[in-house]
Amino acid sequence: MSKFSDLTRLPDARGHFGPYGGRFVSETLSFALEDLSRTYDRLRQDPTFQAEFDYDLAHYVGRPSPLYHARRWSQQLGGAQIWLKREDLNHTGAHKVNNTIGQALLARHSGKPRVIAETGAGQHGVATATVAARLGLKCDVYMGEADTQRQKLNVYRMRLLGANVIPVTSGTRTLKDAMNEALRDWVTNVDDTFYIIGTVAGPHPYPQLVRDFNAVVGREARRQSLEHFGQLPDALIACVGGGSNAMGLFYPFVEDDEVAMYGVEAGGDGVETGRHAAPLASGAPRGVLHGNRTYLMSDEGGQVSDTHSISAGLDYPGVGPEHALWKDVGRVNYVAANDDEVLDAFRELTRVEGIMPALESAHALAHARKLAPTMSSEQNIVVNLSGRGDKDILTVAGIDGIEL
Amino acid sequence: MTVAREHGSRIEKCFASLSAQGRKALIPYITAGDPLPDITVDYMHALVEAGADIIELGVPFSDPMADGPVIQKACERALKHGVRLTDLLDMVADFRRKDTQTPVVLMGYLNPIERLGFEEFARRAGEVGVDGVLVVDMPPEETDELGPLLSQYQLAPIFLVAPTTSPERAATICAHASGYLYYVSLKGVTGAASPNADDVAEHLAPLRHLTNLPLCVGFGIRDGASAAEVARVADGVIVGSALVSRIAENEHTPRQAIAELKALLSEMRQALDA
Repeated sequence: MSKFSDLTRLPDARGHFGPYGGRFVSETLSFALEDLSRTYDRLRQDPTFQAEFDYDLAHYVGRPSPLYHARRWSQQLGGAQIWLKREDLNHTGAHKVNNTIGQALLARHSGKPRVIAETGAGQHGVATATVAARLGLKCDVYMGEADTQRQKLNVYRMRLLGANVIPVTSGTRTLKDAMNEALRDWVTNVDDTFYIIGTVAGPHPYPQLVRDFNAVVGREARRQSLEHFGQLPDALIACVGGGSNAMGLFYPFVEDDEVAMYGVEAGGDGVETGRHAAPLASGAPRGVLHGNRTYLMSDEGGQVSDTHSISAGLDYPGVGPEHALWKDVGRVNYVAANDDEVLDAFRELTRVEGIMPALESAHALAHARKLAPTMSSEQNIVVNLSGRGDKDILTVAGIDGIEL
Repeated sequence: MTVAREHGSRIEKCFASLSAQGRKALIPYITAGDPLPDITVDYMHALVEAGADIIELGVPFSDPMADGPVIQKACERALKHGVRLTDLLDMVADFRRKDTQTPVVLMGYLNPIERLGFEEFARRAGEVGVDGVLVVDMPPEETDELGPLLSQYQLAPIFLVAPTTSPERAATICAHASGYLYYVSLKGVTGAASPNADDVAEHLAPLRHLTNLPLCVGFGIRDGASAAEVARVADGVIVGSALVSRIAENEHTPRQAIAELKALLSEMRQALDA
C-alpha cells in the first residue's frame, strides 16, 4: 500500500487538490468551465475519444518517444545512469503537443471554430497553432512582448502555421500577462472560442485535463524503464514552470513510494537574490491567480511579483495546484537551478551527447548533474527532456556575445 | 467584537429610501489610489455631492483579469505609489469622518485579501465602515473561508451575475448574496460597448423570481443616456471606466478631475431622475 494512494483520487468534484486549485474566475466564465468539465468527464470515459487521442499521439506526434540512455554523460558524471525521456523528438519539439492534441479534440467536440492560447517560450503557442492548422480552426496566441523578442523564431513559426500572434504589452510583458490577456479574450468571446491552456494551472478542470493528456509521458517512461533496466527508476527529474511536463512524467509514478521525484524550478540569479521564478523552492506564500489557489510569488500587499528566468517558459510566478499539494505532503522535492547552472548543463549535454535541450529542460539536467554523482552506478535517473533547444539558439548566442 | 450594526444596513437603507422615492441607484466606481493616494477620499466626497448613492472603491491589483485597459491602467497608476489594501481601509476610515451614510463597497481580486489574511481583512473592513465586498474572482462556490467572516463582521457579499449564468448558478448566487446583485451587462471586460436595455431586461426577469435583492447593472455605462436606458429595467446602474477615463486624462492634474467627475455623474443623476 502506497503512502500516496489518496493523491491519485484528486481533484475533488470542485477541482480542489487539498487546499489548492478550485475555480476562481469571474462569473462570465463559470458556465464555460462547467460546460468543459461536463464534456471532459464524458469524453474521458469514452473509448472512441481515447482511441482518437492515442491514434493522433502515435501517428501525428510520433509517440512513444524514446527513453535514451545517456551513457557517455552518465560516465562523465560518475554516478547513477541517466535516461532521457525524449519529448524533444515529438512533432513540434516538446511535450506541449500532447496536451494541445487532447484539447483540440475537446474543442472539436464542443463545436467552437476558434482557439486561443497563451505562451511563454512559444512551444505551447506553436503546438496550439499546429493543431489549429490541422483542424482548420482560427487561432490567436497571446505572448508577452518581452517573450516575442527572446523567442523570435517561435513567433515566426506560429505565423507560418497561420496563427495570429498578439504581443501583450501590459504588466511585466511575460507569460502571466499573456494569460491575463487570453482570459480577457475568452471572457469576451466565450461563445465561439475554446481556450487551450498550456499548463497544469488555471481554473478547474484545466489542471486535471492537462495532467491527463500529458500523463502518457510517465506511462511510457514506466514501461520503458522496466524494459530497459528491469525496474522502476530510483529518481525522476523534470523542470517546473506551471509544471505540465513534470506532472506528465510524475503522475503515473505517484504511488511508487520508492521512486524519488525532483521538480526543478527556475532559480534565475539565485533564489536568495529574489530574481527568480521558484515559488515552491523559495517558500512563497499561498495565493490566488489565474483561477486557482496555489503557491504564488507576491509582495506583502498581495501584488504578484516580477519573476526572472533565462527561460521564457518557466518565467511564471505561480505553479500548478497539484504540485503545491505534492510539496506539502512531501511527495516531490522542489528545488531550483540557477541560470548559470542551466547554461552549463545546456552546453554539456549538447557537447557530450549531441542533444541540444531547451533551456527549460536544461533546468532538469542541471539538477541531474548534481544528483547523479551522489548515487551509485547501479541506480537509474529518468530526466524529462521536455523540449529541444533550437528555439534558444539566439538567446545563447546573445549570451556568448554573438549576433546571428 | 465590533460595534453592533445591522447586516448591511447602510446598503439596505439606501435602497429602501430610493425605492420609496421611485428613484434608481447611481453607483460610481473608482480605483483607490488613482492617480494619487491622497486624492481618493476627495474624489469619494465629490461623487457623493454629484449624486452617488453607493461608492464602489476598487482595490488595485497587478493582474486584473476581468478588467479592460482603462481599469488596468488605473491599477498601474495606483500601484506605482505602492497603494495597499491596508491603505485603502485607512481611506474608508477617513471618508467616514465626514460621511456616515453613503455605503462603500470594496471591489477587487482575492489575492490582496488572502495575503492580508481573511480574518484581519474582514475585521478591519467592518471597523472602518465598509459595507460590502465584491471579489471578482471569488464565485460563491469558493467562499468557504471568506464568506462566514464577511457575515460575522456585517459585510455584505456582493456577487456578479453574467449573461452566461445558468438558472441553477443564479439560484446559488442569490442564496449567497446580500446587499445587491451586480449584473454584468455584457460578455467581456470592463469598459466594453454599451448594453441594450431589452437584452438586460430579459436576463433580469428570471432573477426577480429568485431574489428580492436590488439588481444593479454595470459594464458599458458611459453617459446619461446609457444610464437612463439601463435604469428603465434595473434598480441601479454602476459606472466605472467612464469615470476612470476622466481621472486618467487628468493624471498629472488630479484636482482638475474633480470637476469632470462631478459633471459626468450629475449628468447621469439627472438622466436617472428625469
